[in-house]
Amino acid sequence: MDTLKRRLLDLTIYFALWLLLTWSLDWQGVVVGAVLAVLFALGLSGLLPEKAERLFSPVRLFWAVMHLLSLLFWIIVANFDVLYRVLHPDLPIRPGIVKIKTTLKSDEAKAFLANSITLTPGTLTIDIIDDWLYVHWINVHENLEDTEAITRDIAGRFEVTLRRVFD
Amino acid sequence: MSSQIGLLPIILISIGVAFDLVGALGLIRLPDVYNRLQAATKCVTLGTFLVLMGVLAHTGWNAMGIKALLAAIFVLWTSPTGSHALARGAHIAGVKLWEGSVVDKYKEDTGR
Repeated sequence: MDTLKRRLLDLTIYFALWLLLTWSLDWQGVVVGAVLAVLFALGLSGLLPEKAERLFSPVRLFWAVMHLLSLLFWIIVANFDVLYRVLHPDLPIRPGIVKIKTTLKSDEAKAFLANSITLTPGTLTIDIIDDWLYVHWINVHENLEDTEAITRDIAGRFEVTLRRVFD
Repeated sequence: MSSQIGLLPIILISIGVAFDLVGALGLIRLPDVYNRLQAATKCVTLGTFLVLMGVLAHTGWNAMGIKALLAAIFVLWTSPTGSHALARGAHIAGVKLWEGSVVDKYKEDTGR
């Protein structure tokens, strides 16, 4: 997608967001929103990643919805996990920072993987360096040298769907 | 918008507030900044998300409901990013892990 198209798409998103937030079609508000949308689209670097158009396919959207559903499920599990650990009198935690190696290629996929890991039971992404994600794990229960098993435990359930969305 | 609050908003907001409370308890009970971020991120994200969904269920599709929905989406999107920035910043600034922690690969690899 060339630059102009991407800018126009950015502008549309900003303007739609303005309309949703103000929720009125009063002409003064609409004019202000349009001016701001143009300024933002021109002034800020792009909202969408490079080659964003390849993401708009029905198959990818289907897997994006699947990913969101599984994420929602794991967020709820994560909350009951925290509930259990916080309310348990003995505070059953065994924390540590482990590293996992992701097989995802694109930056967007890695970013979504990192955010998904943070929202799921007992894990919090601290940094991404190349293919390695450094994750704070509240209950380390794998052999520390077994990177594959740790990766499977922490990232496996999301890599399946994210690979189909982004890579 | 009616002044009568329906059953669904009450359920959503009550569960949301309960999880927010657990997150706050976690902030107090857990030992170090990284563990506390865990509790804060997960519970407060879902808790706030549910409260905002309750607002949406109460007001319906009007100016306020749409704002609640957008805020819920932004919370879901940005809170893990924020906690990543806090955890990384704390680690780089030299905040130690709790003494009961079993491993710190990040320190081993980056030397920070």
